[in-house]
Amino acid sequence: MSAEFALVGPILAAMFAAATPLLFAALGEAVTEKSGVLNLGVEGMMLMGAVCGFAITVKTGSAPLGLLIAAGAGAAMGALFGVLTLLLLANQVATGLALTLFGVGLSALVGQGFVGIPLEGLPKLHIPVLSDLPVVGQAVFGQDLLVYLGIAAVPLVHLFLYRTRAGLVLRAVGENHHAAHALGYKVIRIRFLAVMFGGAMSGLGGAFLSMDYTPMWAENITAGRGWIALALVVFATWKPVRVMLGAWLFGGVTIAQLHVQGFGIDIPSQILSMLPYLATVLVLVLISRDVARIRLNAPACLGKLFHPDS
Amino acid sequence: MSLIRLEPRGQASKAMVYATPLLAVALTLLSGFILFLLLGFDPVKALHAFFIDPVSSKRGIGELIVKATPLVLCAVGLAIGFRANVWNIGAEGQLTMGAIAGGGLALAFYGEGGWWLLPLMVIGGAAGGMAWAAIPAYLRIRFNASEILTSLMLTYVALLALNYLVHGPYRDPDGFAFPESRLFEADAVMPILWSGTRVHLGTAFALFAVAAGWVLIARTFIGFQIKVIGLTPAAAGYAGFDQKRIIWLSLLLSGGLAGIAGMGEIAGPIGQITPSVSPGYGFTAIIVAFLGRLHPVGILLAALLMALSFIGGEAAQIAMGLPKAITGVFQGMLLFFLLACDVLIRYRVRIGARRAVA
Repeated sequence: MSAEFALVGPILAAMFAAATPLLFAALGEAVTEKSGVLNLGVEGMMLMGAVCGFAITVKTGSAPLGLLIAAGAGAAMGALFGVLTLLLLANQVATGLALTLFGVGLSALVGQGFVGIPLEGLPKLHIPVLSDLPVVGQAVFGQDLLVYLGIAAVPLVHLFLYRTRAGLVLRAVGENHHAAHALGYKVIRIRFLAVMFGGAMSGLGGAFLSMDYTPMWAENITAGRGWIALALVVFATWKPVRVMLGAWLFGGVTIAQLHVQGFGIDIPSQILSMLPYLATVLVLVLISRDVARIRLNAPACLGKLFHPDS
Repeated sequence: MSLIRLEPRGQASKAMVYATPLLAVALTLLSGFILFLLLGFDPVKALHAFFIDPVSSKRGIGELIVKATPLVLCAVGLAIGFRANVWNIGAEGQLTMGAIAGGGLALAFYGEGGWWLLPLMVIGGAAGGMAWAAIPAYLRIRFNASEILTSLMLTYVALLALNYLVHGPYRDPDGFAFPESRLFEADAVMPILWSGTRVHLGTAFALFAVAAGWVLIARTFIGFQIKVIGLTPAAAGYAGFDQKRIIWLSLLLSGGLAGIAGMGEIAGPIGQITPSVSPGYGFTAIIVAFLGRLHPVGILLAALLMALSFIGGEAAQIAMGLPKAITGVFQGMLLFFLLACDVLIRYRVRIGARRAVA
């Protein structure tokens, strides 16, 4: 086997890993947005998940507990957003920005004692024979549990949204909250749960970064991934399977950027680091130019406030 | 039926528009008190170190004005966009581009400057910020791409570009490979307006922006169009107002002002180009715009308050070893409380069961 070909396995493995935080965050946000709520605070929720998961794992030595707390921290941030936008009817765009600014500050405050502490990372799956297969072995059968969990969440979210009654109600609330309210559905309660689910998923995505991908805590460790996840939801036209494909695409761009340097191509590292952000803009442009398609797929009540009396 | 519920007011409450920012500040201070207590600091001493000590000297007040200057410049532009539902959240990137462009001119004419260099740098800074804001404007109008996401993505690109430049083309040739440019010559430095402090010409620009912003919003037809588009886009459509023009205008204006703010930082308090031109002025300006009720005069007051949170954070870090990240927590909390209190503008809080409707 040639040397270039031997690299394919590790590159694929790295791509799936790089895609995982985006996958979690974007899946959660897709459910939130399907219920008609636009939460721009993904970055802040991811950061809180990242720092809480890391801190708990360092303190207790238990990674599962760390992940649980990370999801809880993300959900708590989501609940904060819910109180402001659903109960107090604050502007969703402004509140989402506030959630991100608050999350950046609070995570730095919580995490200041944890900078520079190494963590072992989550255990990798190892299936004898399969994980040792050439090329695909490590990529497909040798990843961390969270990578599989993220992929498993895709069909689960899809089935929930499109094959269960609860999913149907959630989508109805997102399409027309007044009609759903008139039919007796609890619009605010359903949206609250959707926002908290989005928060928990963002928290897990952030925790994957700090507990496994890096694995360490640093201020602003997410580096804009929360915003890229938001763009992914639009790119995927709110469909879970496309969210996954989009996340892999971005994982690929991230990894390509690292490997170009490895191949000795002389481009400054800062220019290469721009690639994921520029790719996000490009992808957003390509998908948004089809206005009819966006209008057809976007939840009709996305970002609109709901008050039962009005 | 819940005991506490919201009853829509027939008309938005004017009094609450002005009362809620004060209420939000009070709640933030109260939360800060609790936060310091939880972190194990004497809350009275900590709040004093944070909010009073930094501004109890001439130098301190000067620093407050220096920090408020870029906040005002960015926030006035953002507020005009926010009024028209144009969500430029990439002011940090536009500020950085202003610094890159304005600073590039200072370096290009190093050793051969004159009186004309500084005005040229101001124009260059504004052009840099405008060019960076023109991208989201074009993508929004031509391709319907959300300016929220594109302007933010471009912020990361701008920060990386700055980082590349100070490590490469902009680096001081005699600087022992430090990622910094040369110190600017006198021709490329903002004149000081208040001796004994670092208050520079940029503050005059900021005050001019406040006045011009107020005239634009309150006294021109464009300001009226912005208001209508923001409140009822459909009505604006029927009236034949050109939404595209308003998107262009608000993004170019906010980008240009942010660019001047960035140029003012490198030609003012910093005096050279460094990898970090701003501690997040472009993001904090979003809070300033909301806290100032999207009104230029309100923004001026809000900017002073948020500037205090920056220098208070630094002072408390030095005096009491408080983590600097507290600044961000305070800023985020303030915006939360403001958004939460704003419910009082359009709704009354009613306690007790719903009365029967006749």
